[in-house]
Amino acid sequence: MKHDPIKDPVAFIDERASAAPLLRKALRYLFPDHWSFLLGEVALYAFIVLVATGTFLALFFEPSLSDTVYRGSYEPLRDATMSHAYKSAVELSFDVRAGLLMRQTHHWAADIFVAAIVIHLLRVFFTGAFRRPRELTYLVGLTMLIVALLEGYLGYSMVDDLLSGMGLAIGYAVALSLPFVGGNLGLLIWGAPYPGDPSFESRMFIAHVFIFPAIIATLMAVHLGLVALRHHTQFRRSDPRASERRIVGVPLFPGQTPRSLGLLLATAALLFGLGALVQINPIWLWGPYETYLGTNGAQPDWYLGWLIGGLRLVPGFDVTIGDATIVPNPFWGGALFPLVVFAMLGLWPWIERRLTGDRRPHNVLDRPRDAPLRTGFGLGFLTWVVLVFFAGSSDRLFVFLGISYTAQIWFWRFAVWVIPLVVGFITVRACRALQRVEEVEAIRERAEEEPVPLPDAAGTPAPRAGS
Amino acid sequence: MKRLLRWLLWLVVLGRSLRRPPPEGPDERIVESGPARPRAELGVVALLLASAGAGVLAVVAYGLDWSTQAFGGALAAALVLFAAALVVAAKTFIPDEQLDDEYPPVAHPDEQGELAQLVRESGDRITRKRLLGGAVGIAGGALGAALVVPAVSLGPVFDTSQLNESPWRRGVGLLDDKGRPWRADDIEDGTFYTALPAGADPKAIGSPVILVRIDPSQLELPAGRERWAPEGILAYSKICTHAGCAVALYRNPLFDETEPGRALVCPCHYSTFDPRTGGTVLFGPAGRPLPQLPLMIGADRRLVAAGDFSGPPGPAWWGVRNP
Repeated sequence: MKHDPIKDPVAFIDERASAAPLLRKALRYLFPDHWSFLLGEVALYAFIVLVATGTFLALFFEPSLSDTVYRGSYEPLRDATMSHAYKSAVELSFDVRAGLLMRQTHHWAADIFVAAIVIHLLRVFFTGAFRRPRELTYLVGLTMLIVALLEGYLGYSMVDDLLSGMGLAIGYAVALSLPFVGGNLGLLIWGAPYPGDPSFESRMFIAHVFIFPAIIATLMAVHLGLVALRHHTQFRRSDPRASERRIVGVPLFPGQTPRSLGLLLATAALLFGLGALVQINPIWLWGPYETYLGTNGAQPDWYLGWLIGGLRLVPGFDVTIGDATIVPNPFWGGALFPLVVFAMLGLWPWIERRLTGDRRPHNVLDRPRDAPLRTGFGLGFLTWVVLVFFAGSSDRLFVFLGISYTAQIWFWRFAVWVIPLVVGFITVRACRALQRVEEVEAIRERAEEEPVPLPDAAGTPAPRAGS
Repeated sequence: MKRLLRWLLWLVVLGRSLRRPPPEGPDERIVESGPARPRAELGVVALLLASAGAGVLAVVAYGLDWSTQAFGGALAAALVLFAAALVVAAKTFIPDEQLDDEYPPVAHPDEQGELAQLVRESGDRITRKRLLGGAVGIAGGALGAALVVPAVSLGPVFDTSQLNESPWRRGVGLLDDKGRPWRADDIEDGTFYTALPAGADPKAIGSPVILVRIDPSQLELPAGRERWAPEGILAYSKICTHAGCAVALYRNPLFDETEPGRALVCPCHYSTFDPRTGGTVLFGPAGRPLPQLPLMIGADRRLVAAGDFSGPPGPAWWGVRNP
């Protein structure tokens, strides 16, 4: 019998996995052609780079807080007492070949992973892709974002440099601030009052390298499975075949495969390029952490900036009854604020359905102007979070521009409530205006195709020709 | 005559089949056909070879231990050139047909009905549904509790009294971070010092205090703390009462126009405390003052605690009592 280099392996797989019908269908799964549909893919590929570089790092990192003395090649820290965790991270950066590249690429990949998720979420939100029948896909994606934030926070917290220590102190205070359970929860997570039991480092490590990545990978599989089962959404377009009932797109094979692989390699190139050329989190400059040490101008990774802003903006008060504290201050900015943001995002599909009464399933996406209410709310809400984020950098503005920090905070305490309302209001008006422009355009086009006689003096329109 | 016709027909068929070579495999194409693009193929080959070159360069850079930039840059170049090859291929000779397909139906009423029926019929021999359901619920809950309870080993969950523990007692000496005792004459006006308790864990949240000296005539300490600052030397917990960071900034010297008073400042969220008035909050999110540590000057002019803090040190939680 003649050998067929393509058909033989296909036959091998099919006869053992009975998979030919499934593969035949899967290879012709359709991807609607639009650049914004690649944002989620960028997140996926950043995650792959994270797992690969993270595995390399885990082969060298020693998750232990016990003291040791640094004897590596970085002069300024020579003979300093520090934890094994920090020492191994510094050694990884200076004395392991390719170690610094892997560490910096890992950190850049984390920042871009979250950024890609957030921009993907904005695309999904403002086009109404979350609507029936894709609410579940949306909620799974939102959960992934929350887990990704925690995962990133743990990642730079377990290095035990000065910045990670300051971040952990804040995390501890936020955990403690939860009314009625905070004290117990803090002791449960940290194993002892701050800075916690020595085992806390092992807990962060296992959560960062196993538990949270496994959760993200599982959610990713569910997310992609749900996308595929329901098929992609698509934009309204000129192709007459595309409708609510029929999808038009490029098949997975051959059309989409080289594009997608190209995007994977391009994402990896960007991340390794950044890791090679642009310094990020130079931990050797911060020095080892002690509870009593702090430094000015400390900033977290970008995706936690909104929480710093929230914590800084709240006026100074604890809710007390008599001499007993009920709600400590960090609760408002550090716990309630993110809770409100994610709860609003999670509930929005149902809120919108209630507001518009639109319960129909949708496969065709809206443009932002098609849903003024959603776009107005979304932009106002986004403005709120972004302004709180900016308020978190008031100290940098003070340093660079000399604007009084106190004055800035007082300004933002009011502005973060007023500006979003204005933005939301203007957005709704702008969307409606754009809609009207389109209506007028449509009428004009129709009129050019088929002239309509002007109404007579009495205002009654003349009968249309031919009707 | 019939034979001739047959011959002619045969010739026509033969001619057609000669003009168009018979398709291999199935009669109908699945993938859209298009023109060959030999020049694009050469371009893709060139990109792939360039990518290979960058890859080899990366291996050399690693082997000769050049630099992070050289190795990482070459690796990134190899990746981006490979990506470019794929994109060029996708844009030129890989078919990019736009197909259409039906969306799956929103609901499958028949299967939904069958599923519901299947579940219902599976249980129709049960007569005590609620009793059985309750028993399953109780067993599940108890089993869940038994499985989850080891998590309590993680920490002293119910012993919240240790959250704001302080090692400071009357007579505990103040040491610097090298373990040397602070003496009253070490403490100068205009800067601040960190002190740790003798014989206690320096990492504990109740341990570090911040020391400053202010002319006693400027102090306005709360009633009852008149003797807490001998010679104007003041000690406060160094852990911010807001979010637990170290209060590591001291606002001094002053500029009358913008910053009229001295302040202890936390660099995390800029909670600002007044050292003259017992650590009260001047600005920022902190909800309660910095706990003050009463001092006395002992033998050899060493600084010694005269008691415990004025309040619980560390970030607040729901059980914190403020005297």
